[in-house]
Amino acid sequence: MSHEVETHAAGVVTTHEEHGHHEHHEHHDTFITKYVFSQDHKMIAKQFLITGMFWAVLGGLMSVLFRLQLGYPDSTFPWLETILGKWAKGGHITPEAYYALVTTHGTVLVFFVLTAGLSGTFANFLIPLQVGARDMASPFLNMLSYWFFFIASIVMLSSLFVETGPFSGGWTAYPPLSALGDASPGSKTGMDLWIISMALFVVSSLLGGLNYIATILNMRTKGMSMTRLPLTIWALFFTAVLGVLSFPVLLSGFILLIFDRNFGTSFYLSDIFVNGVGALPNEGGSAILFQHLFWFLGHPEVYIILLPAMGMVSEILSVNSRKPIFGYIAMIGSLFAIAILAFLVWAHHMFVTGLNPLLGSIFVLLTLLIAVPSAIKVFNWITTLWRGNIRFTPGMLFAIGFVSLFISGGLTGIWLGNSALDIHLHDTYFVIAHFHIVMGVASMFGMFAGIYHWYPKMYGRFMNNTLGYMHFWITIAGAYLIFWPMHYEGLAGMPRRYYDFSIWESFKQFVELNRFISVVSMIVFGAQILFLINFFYSIFKGRKLTSQNPWGSNTLEWTTPVRPGHGNWPGEIPEVHRWAYDYGKDGKEFIQQTTPVGDDESNH
Amino acid sequence: MSILLTIAVIALIFIVIFQIAKASEYVTVLRGEGKGLRQSNKINGALMIAFLVLGLIGVWYCNDIYFGKTLLAHDAASVEGARVDTMMWYTIAVTGFVFIITQVILFFFAYKYQQNDEGKVYYFAHDNRLEFIWTIIPAIVLTFLVVIGLRNWFLFTGEPPKEAMVIEITGKQFGWIYRYPGKDAAFGKKYFKNIDPATNSLGIIWEDKLSHDDVITEQTMYLVKGKPVKLVIGSRDVIHDVGLTHFRMKMDAVPGIPTTMWFTPKYTTKEMKEITNNPNFVYEISCDQMCGNGHYSMKGIIDVVEQEEFDMWMAKQKPQYLVNFPDKDPSISPVADSTKPVIGMATAGKKEKTNM
Repeated sequence: MSHEVETHAAGVVTTHEEHGHHEHHEHHDTFITKYVFSQDHKMIAKQFLITGMFWAVLGGLMSVLFRLQLGYPDSTFPWLETILGKWAKGGHITPEAYYALVTTHGTVLVFFVLTAGLSGTFANFLIPLQVGARDMASPFLNMLSYWFFFIASIVMLSSLFVETGPFSGGWTAYPPLSALGDASPGSKTGMDLWIISMALFVVSSLLGGLNYIATILNMRTKGMSMTRLPLTIWALFFTAVLGVLSFPVLLSGFILLIFDRNFGTSFYLSDIFVNGVGALPNEGGSAILFQHLFWFLGHPEVYIILLPAMGMVSEILSVNSRKPIFGYIAMIGSLFAIAILAFLVWAHHMFVTGLNPLLGSIFVLLTLLIAVPSAIKVFNWITTLWRGNIRFTPGMLFAIGFVSLFISGGLTGIWLGNSALDIHLHDTYFVIAHFHIVMGVASMFGMFAGIYHWYPKMYGRFMNNTLGYMHFWITIAGAYLIFWPMHYEGLAGMPRRYYDFSIWESFKQFVELNRFISVVSMIVFGAQILFLINFFYSIFKGRKLTSQNPWGSNTLEWTTPVRPGHGNWPGEIPEVHRWAYDYGKDGKEFIQQTTPVGDDESNH
Repeated sequence: MSILLTIAVIALIFIVIFQIAKASEYVTVLRGEGKGLRQSNKINGALMIAFLVLGLIGVWYCNDIYFGKTLLAHDAASVEGARVDTMMWYTIAVTGFVFIITQVILFFFAYKYQQNDEGKVYYFAHDNRLEFIWTIIPAIVLTFLVVIGLRNWFLFTGEPPKEAMVIEITGKQFGWIYRYPGKDAAFGKKYFKNIDPATNSLGIIWEDKLSHDDVITEQTMYLVKGKPVKLVIGSRDVIHDVGLTHFRMKMDAVPGIPTTMWFTPKYTTKEMKEITNNPNFVYEISCDQMCGNGHYSMKGIIDVVEQEEFDMWMAKQKPQYLVNFPDKDPSISPVADSTKPVIGMATAGKKEKTNM
């Protein structure tokens, strides 16, 4: 592997007054300030990561439980009653419990794992390190961002234990179901806690997002122009912009929902008669309004999840192909196009709500337009591999897996974005397969790639490679085995969010397939446990780093000491002289960003 | 006991895997990092190709065993649904082609360009011509798909043919209520505060004369083969969705905001039993929008029949107005009507509910 890198810190003579005010005061860090209320972006990143892992395990476990119901609808499992009590009477998960599990699984995975756990972790960890800053623009707000997330987590967790159960109306929380406790027990206290938790989460996201934007725009080191930024940073930048612009809209939707639930307003409610209660007084509201507000975040949210993964994958593919990323400017351009389009396609989730057909047609056009920048990205990634010198590190494997999954899941988006086809496929297992592959598993792969790749920077040690390889191959094979056949269930019209299919003549033909999927999902869950063991074991016992720059990478984070303190660089912040992708240029394996451009160097 | 055993076995498997992985890591370090990594690189490169080949075989195999269980295995049951299927085949062709090509190239490149001893790479940072090509081609192909899609979309969401029959369908937790307009071909007005589950499940305003011949039923909706039908869709409580998978149609039922959908049934239920080779075949209405804990059981049935059969069935139906106010019914003698309490209709049609 590569050896000591020439850190160009010595060559930097310019002083950076604006960065200089951070002092190194690790010597009087207490346990509390170092590990709990830390303001060091690297520690906050780890807090996000480990909290995200906690939720990933819980959310994954929930999916295993409801897959148990779908795979074995006729069997009873007495141990389930031991764990879940009245929610699994007689060893059989009840419908209430099933819907609560599905809902919580969705909410937790989308927001807590793939938003906070993925973008929260890597935005925090990578932005200051890769732009060359000592910390975030506001370390204090950054700390608050984590703690708001933490409180949101506690509230969400507590909702699992209330007597009427956690919210069970689906992660999209459409009213009137989510507004009326009388229509569903999960919409009682469980929903109150769900909204409170989500509101706190929005606050956390906003504090984080504003900080990321401010840091990227204002705190880049000398020479680090925007067009020299690694693609990870560009991706995280667009992610933060998306979040800052769309999360407030979601919050406004929630506030109206709180009013409808508790204060007798009729924003979403009209013409409702609830069995056992009678006609409600509300008139004049529109249930569809919530869907517009929800999806105005909900769709950008997909890209909030996906863009960081794309950015990290771009970086990891390039580093491990020992080749520049192909079409750097086109990659930024397509990220930008995706970010803009993300705001203009939300109603494609609403093709069957009775949307104005003309409006629907515009959303079809804009939705399918997203395929163009997505195609550019895929072809650019593939071209990056072409004539490279590929090292299959676990991070690289997951990056390649990401591209494969992004293709598979992205292509089915072309089906669903075309409204006339969506009418047929909407809310079937086809949709489940589509978004799990393209958003769920693909982003998860981006996250794994990032963890394996930057683990040495986080902990100064490597994760176990063999376990990493096993983790990758089991997970990618499992992901396809689980979600590929689901397309067929969708093509049979099988609706999602069904607790049991046995009473349906049209949908009951997939008993064995459902069982197969359930078994594979348990095995894949087991493989993730392997990853967790690897992760936590390696923090303490992993192979130690022997050099500053184990991957032979160009970016700034690898110019810091193996275990950087708060402030990242012990001396001056290095100056940047070139873009981040000079791999294999002029016969040199890699040229770090801190290396000045030589006179004899060729232009790219 | 068996639980403990299972847990013990699983734990043992984890420990074994972990120990092997740890040992292999030591071996790598002992053999020199470079050599060990080179070897695992070769293994992973080979696995890339293996995964590609097995994956493609898997795709074929999956299609082989499950295609017959999808709706594509036989004709769509509506005229409009056939257009959906055609469009789907075009989309499958386009996306399937791109899928195969890109996956093959991706995994093949990963295998082909794995680390070699010379360590030579081709410094290739950008190429405007290439990027132009893969911007333009997807754009053109997508335009083609959008054109087909929007033509269908405007047909499906447009006005139904004039001869279409109109039926109202209302969702409630957890079942469907159907209303036929009767001879006057117009529905009487309704207001949700008039709803009484026992006597007036839709909240009809009986003062409106148009309501007097409206027929209300539950469970099974009757449609006529070859005759376009427009469904006026509503909901009594939360959002539901009228999912008609055999007709390739779907539309939400939103409280307070009526929606519509139309299609033309192509085969009677009897004919579909033969086409699908399933003697138990029925057209099912599935609720496709999460509506509460009984969502999965919110089923309706559609029976598509010939015109004569429909007319005969309709002739037997009594307008709800006359059920509720038997004294207004010329066909019933005043003596008999006291034995027929108004709840009769409402309970007869009620389908079994799951225990919530």
